[in-house]
Amino acid sequence: MYKYDEYDQQMVDARVAEFADQVKRHLASEITEDQFKPLRLMNGLYLQLHAYMLRVAVPYGTLDSRQMRMLAHIARKYDRDYGHFTTRQNIQYNWIKLEDAPAILADLASVEMHAIQTSGNCIRNISSDQWAGAAADELTDPRPWAELLRQWSSFHPEFSYLPRKFKIAVIAAEEDRAAMRLHDIGIQIVEKGGVHGAAFYVGGGMGRTPMIAPLINDFVPLDDLLSYTEACLRVYNRYGRRDNIYKARIKILIHELGADEYRRQVEEEFAHVKSLGIDPPKAEFDRIAAQFAMPPLDASASDEIDRSDPDFAVWVDQNVAAHKVPGHAIVNISLKPLGGIPGDASSAQIDLMADLAGKFSHDELRVTHAQNIVLPHVRKADLFAIWQALDAADLATPNLDLISDIIACPGLDYCSLANARSIPVAQKIAQRFADPARQRDLGELKLKISGCINACGHHHAGHIGILGVDRKGTENYQLLLGGSGAEDVSLGTITGPGFDEDGIVDAIERVTDKYLSERTDGERFVDTYRRVGMAPFKEAIYG
Amino acid sequence: MKLLTGNDLKTGFVTWWTGADWSLHIEDAADVGEAGEAILAVEEAARRVNAPYIIAGEQTADGPRPAHIKDRIRALGPTVRPDLTLKPADPAAGDWVI
Repeated sequence: MYKYDEYDQQMVDARVAEFADQVKRHLASEITEDQFKPLRLMNGLYLQLHAYMLRVAVPYGTLDSRQMRMLAHIARKYDRDYGHFTTRQNIQYNWIKLEDAPAILADLASVEMHAIQTSGNCIRNISSDQWAGAAADELTDPRPWAELLRQWSSFHPEFSYLPRKFKIAVIAAEEDRAAMRLHDIGIQIVEKGGVHGAAFYVGGGMGRTPMIAPLINDFVPLDDLLSYTEACLRVYNRYGRRDNIYKARIKILIHELGADEYRRQVEEEFAHVKSLGIDPPKAEFDRIAAQFAMPPLDASASDEIDRSDPDFAVWVDQNVAAHKVPGHAIVNISLKPLGGIPGDASSAQIDLMADLAGKFSHDELRVTHAQNIVLPHVRKADLFAIWQALDAADLATPNLDLISDIIACPGLDYCSLANARSIPVAQKIAQRFADPARQRDLGELKLKISGCINACGHHHAGHIGILGVDRKGTENYQLLLGGSGAEDVSLGTITGPGFDEDGIVDAIERVTDKYLSERTDGERFVDTYRRVGMAPFKEAIYG
Repeated sequence: MKLLTGNDLKTGFVTWWTGADWSLHIEDAADVGEAGEAILAVEEAARRVNAPYIIAGEQTADGPRPAHIKDRIRALGPTVRPDLTLKPADPAAGDWVI
């Protein structure tokens, strides 16, 4: 894992001191709310429905047990004993007091964490594959590149006031576990002729105008990765629509220019940027990469797993993934217990996960964009002990990628932008499909709920998506089918008229019943939908 | 009726104008009638409350009730965590929101 050098620490400490002074001046009425708002947003502090909300960055979703314990400490000391893990691989606290914010940021800085650039029209937290460095199918660990981009984008003077927010994802496997093509820039490390390079997909995103990023360059030499990224940003920063917030994202620019013209301009800019020498010397990249070295795993460890406990066996089948080192596995901890709130974890649960990482996963954890937690480097021989500890803490729900593993934004229960509640809908759906055998029979089914058009709950990318809207003052829910954020990326299509809270649950059950009657062997829900189309599902839903 | 609401500057907690001061409890909220804009201007200048604004509501047997669900959730707390609302001992408190 990357460890701060003195420059990283100085930057973060300086920001903590600066923000503490700004808070002090605001509380003393020396600066107005209008003056203070952009300053607090630069430090991840929003004003939401019930209180201030602090969004803490977890770079590319990677953190160690010391940092995880600090997240629990903050939940316990300054919030209401829980945190909410988000679709940006971050964590949010919903009940922060402004007067506590400087102390919280100081606590975070003490463990090499911060909330910088988790808001505002800047380059946000770089996201990545939650299994990076461990996945059996990856080409290489993408995180050194994500870290390089983090350092490059932190306080980047040219890109601190972009037309709109900007999100970058980096992956290095064919299986896309980071919704890479639904980012402003999605980078996939690829191989050509035995050499690694970067495929650049630019102009994707969700929100009110969802778009899948087109391929802009299929192979950028890794030595040029920063320069090429800078060129992509420069063209956007120059021509992005600052006059209309709804047209200000890079996806709109590329859609209007056309991918070919955008590519031409990027290449032209790149020729200039490359002459500036911003790409790091190899030694610096190697210094970063060395910190992501695989921990010392014993490749001779046994691959045997005692599956005599049936509940444990189900959990292994559903929540444990293949590791690149024999005898080891990746554990996915579901934050979607039956009736729970997707992504929420109590301070005690966060502490427990930190303890398990320290004891069994070489001190590493990951936050996933699906609002779950990963222990990336676990001996198979330790799986049973981990499962027992998780089970005792209500963290062993065996539902990874099943219908109850729902992504849901905070919705109208917490968010000032939301039009409808997301969480109660997620809870009702999970209750309706509570039978684990029924869920497993349905197979992989990614259900995603957003409480407004901003799409924090990724509803466009759900095999089944739900969008909450305000219809004359009452909550209404639109249903979408056929989306995917994975390597088979697609955008969902609205089925028709919306439903009330109970109606949407009934509609989903009609959809899944139709799937079961239509599917052929081995077909996932989304495969069947793509084969048979919307019509039979629409007939099942509306009659 | 019209209600004046905002978020407390220091804590961010939802707060309601009582006619003389601010309260965390909607039961204490006063009908500001046509005086809302004038009170709002004074309170904005006082900088005790963030982003105050006027909303529509109705007087019910249980007290003032905001017209829009968003403000009812603001008044009570998250419907999915009754323990974190202003009425943690009342499991049916969420019914007031819906």
